[in-house]
Amino acid sequence: MLNYFASSLHLGLIALQLVLVTSAEAGFYQRSPSLILLLLMSFYAVAALLNQLTQLCSSQPNQARYIKPLIPTIFAFMLILAWQSIVEGYAISPVLLPAPSSIFDALINNLPILWADFRQTYLKAVLAGYLLGCASGFLMAQWAVKSAFLRQGLVPLGNFMSAIPIVGIAPIMVMWFGFDWQSKAAVIVVMTFFPMFINTLTGLQSTDALHKDLMHTYAASKSQTFFKSQLPQALPFIFNALKLNSTLALIGAIVAEFFGTPIVGMGFRISTEVGRMNMDMVWATIVVAAVAGSLSYGALALLEKSLLFWHPSFRGNNKH
Amino acid sequence: MNSNSTVRKWLPLVSLIVIIIAIWYLAALIMNGNQLIQNLERKKQDWTYSQILSQAYQVKRPMLPAPHQVALELKKSVFDTSVNSKRSLVFHSVITLNSTLLGFVFGSMLGMLIAIGIVHNKTLEASLMPWVIASQTIPILAIAPIIVVVLGALNITGVVPKAVISMYLSFFPVTIGMVKGLRASDTLHVELMHTYNASVLQTFWKLRWYSAQPYLFASLKVAIAAALVGAIVAELPTGAQGGLGSRLLSGSYYGQTQQIWAALLMAALLGSILVWLVGLAETALLKRRGGLTNA
Repeated sequence: MLNYFASSLHLGLIALQLVLVTSAEAGFYQRSPSLILLLLMSFYAVAALLNQLTQLCSSQPNQARYIKPLIPTIFAFMLILAWQSIVEGYAISPVLLPAPSSIFDALINNLPILWADFRQTYLKAVLAGYLLGCASGFLMAQWAVKSAFLRQGLVPLGNFMSAIPIVGIAPIMVMWFGFDWQSKAAVIVVMTFFPMFINTLTGLQSTDALHKDLMHTYAASKSQTFFKSQLPQALPFIFNALKLNSTLALIGAIVAEFFGTPIVGMGFRISTEVGRMNMDMVWATIVVAAVAGSLSYGALALLEKSLLFWHPSFRGNNKH
Repeated sequence: MNSNSTVRKWLPLVSLIVIIIAIWYLAALIMNGNQLIQNLERKKQDWTYSQILSQAYQVKRPMLPAPHQVALELKKSVFDTSVNSKRSLVFHSVITLNSTLLGFVFGSMLGMLIAIGIVHNKTLEASLMPWVIASQTIPILAIAPIIVVVLGALNITGVVPKAVISMYLSFFPVTIGMVKGLRASDTLHVELMHTYNASVLQTFWKLRWYSAQPYLFASLKVAIAAALVGAIVAELPTGAQGGLGSRLLSGSYYGQTQQIWAALLMAALLGSILVWLVGLAETALLKRRGGLTNA
């Protein structure tokens, strides 16, 4: 009963803060500094609420599936609320830091522009480069796993490449392949090739020799052995590379657009809008990039889960 | 026997590098040759293949400079120019190195702090961990200009904005590795600490910290490479006056291909040296604990 009372008090505090932010005129912290206390109290309220939810998670494991995603959501909500309150409350110039609400406005009002940028950067450059880079890394690993000579030459080279900033080749690629998306795709191919190569190779080498012998006693053909035994065992490593590459690819495309691009694309948008001090538009582009990045990462994680449900690393999760 | 095995170890790598350099020379010949032919044809001049062949490696602004041209440019800008000159690559490397190291130190400290918080507090884990992972799906370059503008308005300029971007890239591997490492201590040992009635602090300093070290160093190697990428990338949109990133940018503006390649090679060298240094520290520390254990 007491618990119930406390949590409704916490919710009330957060609601009060929300009302303050939406209704008060900008600059309210400058007029009455004591209002900041409410923000601090709502911080405390959110922390207490999150604590309760975590405890609920461990005491009622059946419903943990529904409660668990709530916790990071509330956490992010509080951060955005604090951001909005501080920007509004101290009337911070939008050139410095735009409020979340104005970023949202910019996002909604500029959807056609943002969609064109997204298509140029993501649907053309990132997808083409990602597919080509991952596929060639995968094929090269197939080849290297059979030849010790190739392996001993390529693995040190791959390790060396992981230590160096490959995005630096962007100006060269722009010079070779022109301003359009092909040069961005070329940067991504080089960036994604080596992680895929090294991971696939490690995965294929970690396959159990006993399994191979078993497939041999079944008189399995080479392709059967590969698809039914070796590839599934290497999949966790391959998915690691796929997930890593999905974030690398977006970075590569945006960096390459700084070295020259037609007047469309996310990197171009960011650099021009920073120059024009339209920070809300810059942030809107970042939101698009973050959503695109998170969705592709999430999609890969889901695919991994559906393909690797049998793997110990996923079976183990059900217990917690 | 011993020398035989070293030969066997190095032969593939050396032959691969020789093949790459041969391809490089051939590609330089074809790409620069084509450029030359186009130029000459535009001027309506006659040309012969032997003429192209002799000039292909001496073009002033080649599409692809041959390896020896890059090496010459590297030598010129590293050894033949004074270190304080703006034409010296050492000068630019030091600028990049400064923000890399600062960002790396901040990033690893932040990463460790977050990891310690996550391991000891379930609420923190549930609320923070998804966002730590999501933070890496935001393309870092996208926030570089913003960080520079915001910090510039607060009168923070120079090395700090770049270091912040390095920090953003390098904290992630440290957090992930450290969480794994802090949880990797033997269950029996944890229970033993429990029977000793050890406090959380004692368990941390006498047990968890040691189980985390091998994981920590594996992550630090990734983190320092990431910090270098962050520093170079941060120099692009910030209009930095110096640094390897600004060398790349100015080289690309003025079509100075040799300058781009030399800066790229320098960055590669810097990256591998930094990773090697962390590896050295790792070996030294883990040796004291009784040899390398593969984490």
